Amino acid sequence: MSAYLSINNIEVIYDHVILVLKGVSLEVPKGGIVALLGANGAGKTTTLKAISNLLRAERGEVTKGSIEFEGKRVDQLTPNDLVRGGIIQVMEGRHCFAHLTVEENLLTGAYTRKQSRAELKRNLEKVYAYFPRLKQRRGSQSGYTSGGEQQMTAIGRALMANPQTILLDEPSMGLAPQIVEEIFEIVRDLNQREKVSFLLAEQNTMVALRYADFGYILENGRVVMEGEAAGLRDNEDVKEFYLGLSSHGRKSFRDVKHYRRRKRWLA
Amino acid sequence: MQFFFEVLIGGLLSGIMYSLVALGFVLIYKASGVFNFAQGAMVYFAALSLVGCLEKGAPLWLAFILAFVIMTLLGIATEKFVLRKMVNQSPIALFMATIGLAFFIEGLAPMLWGNQVWPLDIGLVDEPIGWILDRYNIVVSSFDLTAAGLAMALVAGLALFFQYTRVGRALRAVADDHQAALSIGIPLQHIWALVWAVAGFVALVAGMLWGSRNGVQYALTFTALKALPVLILGGFTSVPGAIVGGLIIGASEKLAEIYIPPVLTDIFGGNFGGIENWFPYVLALLFLLVRPEGLFGERHIDRV
Repeated sequence: MSAYLSINNIEVIYDHVILVLKGVSLEVPKGGIVALLGANGAGKTTTLKAISNLLRAERGEVTKGSIEFEGKRVDQLTPNDLVRGGIIQVMEGRHCFAHLTVEENLLTGAYTRKQSRAELKRNLEKVYAYFPRLKQRRGSQSGYTSGGEQQMTAIGRALMANPQTILLDEPSMGLAPQIVEEIFEIVRDLNQREKVSFLLAEQNTMVALRYADFGYILENGRVVMEGEAAGLRDNEDVKEFYLGLSSHGRKSFRDVKHYRRRKRWLA
Repeated sequence: MQFFFEVLIGGLLSGIMYSLVALGFVLIYKASGVFNFAQGAMVYFAALSLVGCLEKGAPLWLAFILAFVIMTLLGIATEKFVLRKMVNQSPIALFMATIGLAFFIEGLAPMLWGNQVWPLDIGLVDEPIGWILDRYNIVVSSFDLTAAGLAMALVAGLALFFQYTRVGRALRAVADDHQAALSIGIPLQHIWALVWAVAGFVALVAGMLWGSRNGVQYALTFTALKALPVLILGGFTSVPGAIVGGLIIGASEKLAEIYIPPVLTDIFGGNFGGIENWFPYVLALLFLLVRPEGLFGERHIDRV
């Protein structure tokens, strides 16, 4: 598989002082699902925002390295250019437009596309086909819908822009396990049928590695481990630190503070 | 009874004039979630620009277009030099920025056009409409009626625009969540410049009508204060709310002026003139207690 979206050794600084990413490199192949894993504050969201260039609105800046999409540098483009070009981010915490109805939320997603009314309608129906629940709730203000429905609205809204790559930030946040499965099933579906590539940031390592092909683990703004998802799932370090499993099976919380293993990459 | 209707109609029509000013606030509040303190100053600036162009010898239609161009430029400049730096800042920071903007515009306007009181004649006469006076014996000012008609058309147009067009939807989306709007590729810069230009247009219409009634002077900036109770009543986010709020404030103000003082005098003795000056604010205050989002405002949605 060819590299399609690639990040080369980027460094991100917030407010001119806070160094958040210290040289992150990663690749998303065309049509792949890549998981970006790590604990709170590891730099997952920052990495995604560096790509979608939402960083600037938060006074962050890519100071070193480059970001390429289909062989072209994209690190200076505005979010508007990027969405037109096929990269869109679904932000952590869903960020639906609370006072707009579910359907209006979806329609705003098509803002960057010049299309006829019929085309728009077709796209809307396509999104409803993936998320039948949204069709039932199309007339409700999205502020009043459930967390799962809001996550679906946010993904559906991004789909309306007809993206080639979706940067999906923490889709499992605050959702019941069953809904999380449902969302990830749809992600896989979209990946297979619509050929949309995904770069997804997740804390829920277990689920993410089940659906992704490839994974990167971030810690303190660096990639500390990468590999095929299946390989990462079986890795002892990953099991211990991110899945809460050790060679004795599930770990007791009593022992949590006393690491038997050391994080070797910190040495 | 005829007198009652005369007062009521006069009040409703003058209420529409308040609505017109309130409308400018609603537009900007809807698109950026900020109370634009500078709206009053914009009304003043727009009216002054209109008069300035007329003084230079332009016909009314040309002066109107020129004034609109000036307001559009002002809107674009506001976006470029003020709002662009403020993305993702708290609403109070944006509010403070608009206060600064208000002072700036209040200074800029007389610098460009001079600070004397200008009369403004837009060819509307303020006299009773004949056939209504003949048939019902009620005085209805033709000026007020025309102004009301203009305001109604403006409001209907804007309401449709917000509800049904792509850009209108984007405007509402931006109001709800800047960042999310940015993330789906809505260019905030264009949207904000656009909405400030439209608010400038509304300010121009308001300034033209108020200016031709009271003369174009610095006091126009205070019309903004009259819009405040209208907004509280109608809701900060609703275009129809601005209209209904204006009607209620206008009518109740005039009716209160006529009918309440005699009652109070009967009970307490003494003189109770000037009630119309504070009555709208008391009404707004009562409304805040009962329905803080206003009649048509968006309810604050919190997930618990």
